[in-house]
Amino acid sequence: MSPRPFRPDVDAPEYTGKYAPYDIIKEGTIALVVVGLLVVLLATLFGSPDERAITIKAWSNADPIDFATTALGELNGSTITASYGAPYNTASPGQALGPLHLARWAGVTIPINTANDFVVDPLSSVPGDPALRSALAAWKSAAPQQRSTWVSHYTKGAPKMTWSLGHINVPATDVGPLPTMINQLTAMARSGALDQALVTGGGFYTTNYTKPLLFVADGTYLASLAQKQHLLGSQWGMMNETGSYPGQAWLWLYTFWYQVPPFNTSPSADVQVWATMMFLSLLLLLVPWIPGLRSIPRKVRVYRLIWREHYRAT
Amino acid sequence: MSTTEIDRQWTTRLRKRVAGKLPPEKLLPDTQPAYVSSWIYVFGVTTIAALSMVILSGFILSIRGPQWWHSSSIGHFVNSLHLWSVEVFFFAMIVHLWGKFFMAAWRGGRTLTWMSGVVTFLASVGAAFTGYVSQTNFDSQWISTQAKDGINATGAGSVFNVLNLGQMLMWHIVLLPLVAVLLTALHVLLVRIKGVVPPFDEKTGAAE
Repeated sequence: MSPRPFRPDVDAPEYTGKYAPYDIIKEGTIALVVVGLLVVLLATLFGSPDERAITIKAWSNADPIDFATTALGELNGSTITASYGAPYNTASPGQALGPLHLARWAGVTIPINTANDFVVDPLSSVPGDPALRSALAAWKSAAPQQRSTWVSHYTKGAPKMTWSLGHINVPATDVGPLPTMINQLTAMARSGALDQALVTGGGFYTTNYTKPLLFVADGTYLASLAQKQHLLGSQWGMMNETGSYPGQAWLWLYTFWYQVPPFNTSPSADVQVWATMMFLSLLLLLVPWIPGLRSIPRKVRVYRLIWREHYRAT
Repeated sequence: MSTTEIDRQWTTRLRKRVAGKLPPEKLLPDTQPAYVSSWIYVFGVTTIAALSMVILSGFILSIRGPQWWHSSSIGHFVNSLHLWSVEVFFFAMIVHLWGKFFMAAWRGGRTLTWMSGVVTFLASVGAAFTGYVSQTNFDSQWISTQAKDGINATGAGSVFNVLNLGQMLMWHIVLLPLVAVLLTALHVLLVRIKGVVPPFDEKTGAAE
């Protein structure tokens, strides 16, 4: 049986050359000291960003109309969360990778009914206030068709929404209890009570901020602040962080795909970009087995630079 | 108990196997091939040193809890150490990775070494990401609400909820660091077992 031929991109030649002294412990210690000093220097010179988290209270006080419009959107189903699909609800089939609806197949595992979770349930936790009790009773006892009519009428008037004397005003009729509900929710938000109501909906202890984060992200206030910090998706998005810091620079390729066709105009961009990155990661992982790809190092000869002393000596 | 019986014990067989694969002179070598003489080799040990700083600063941040660094100047400084350790870690790791790519460092039965390095990189990306969404500040609000769409679209959002602070924090401080550290240890042991990949042999035409 003849020996297997030498495959230069798979096999390594046996090294029979010289050996040099090598103190691995000393090397590790020096590296730790140098890196430690470098990190201390960088931390001292540049610090780290810590922009305070925004609250629903801050949002509703800074822009009550945006807040009220978003609350209305949670009732009429027009917000991002209300129309999201899995894992929050079934309002949309969600993104597709060709024929694959991965999110839909995974199912609704974090159920969110925006009308109830973001508006009706928080309002139901407000004690006293006969007008609100009456409005909620009217809402809860109304037939779906009746609610839909109220919401539709109120939504039509919403573009002319104003904020004056601590009240949201919408020029619309036949809107049932909606003016009371939207105004009470806005007042609740401006007092800070809605922040608490959304977080503690699951009980006294919680570490889950899914609901308040989804609600805040449904408005335009969070995005407007992010835009000022150059954090929007079109500004290379989530790989950045506030201030002049490197952020997650290693995500540059992931973020890059969102900037170029066909991804930047695709309604299924997220799943397509993820699929692309999974494929590229798999390629990187399996380089040793992929003919052509595994030959690149030998062909481009960067190794001559790395081992220049070795080649000079031999 | 007979010698044969002792030899058959799982413990004995494991010890012999480990000692055969990784004798002390391989685990803690005092010489190395003369071709290991380039600045590119510095980035492997730099990555490990930076990982040590990441873990050390993370330990300190953990002592007083996830919100301490917002209200304490010392805490903020430790957070800065944590951030910059991560930045140095990724810089060194990526240079190391590309250096190894251009050496075709998987040659000579080193494919598992290569793969463990790549998986460590991917696990580290996850560890850093969960850290960014666990900061309890504006960055974590924005990054988590943006990132949810990509993760949800793959179906992974059904179990990996980036808006759940408690879940992300546990992934960040327990699960992913454990994976990253174990993989790094495996990677280093594989390097010790297999040695550093030799240069292409141009004389025999191995490198065209």
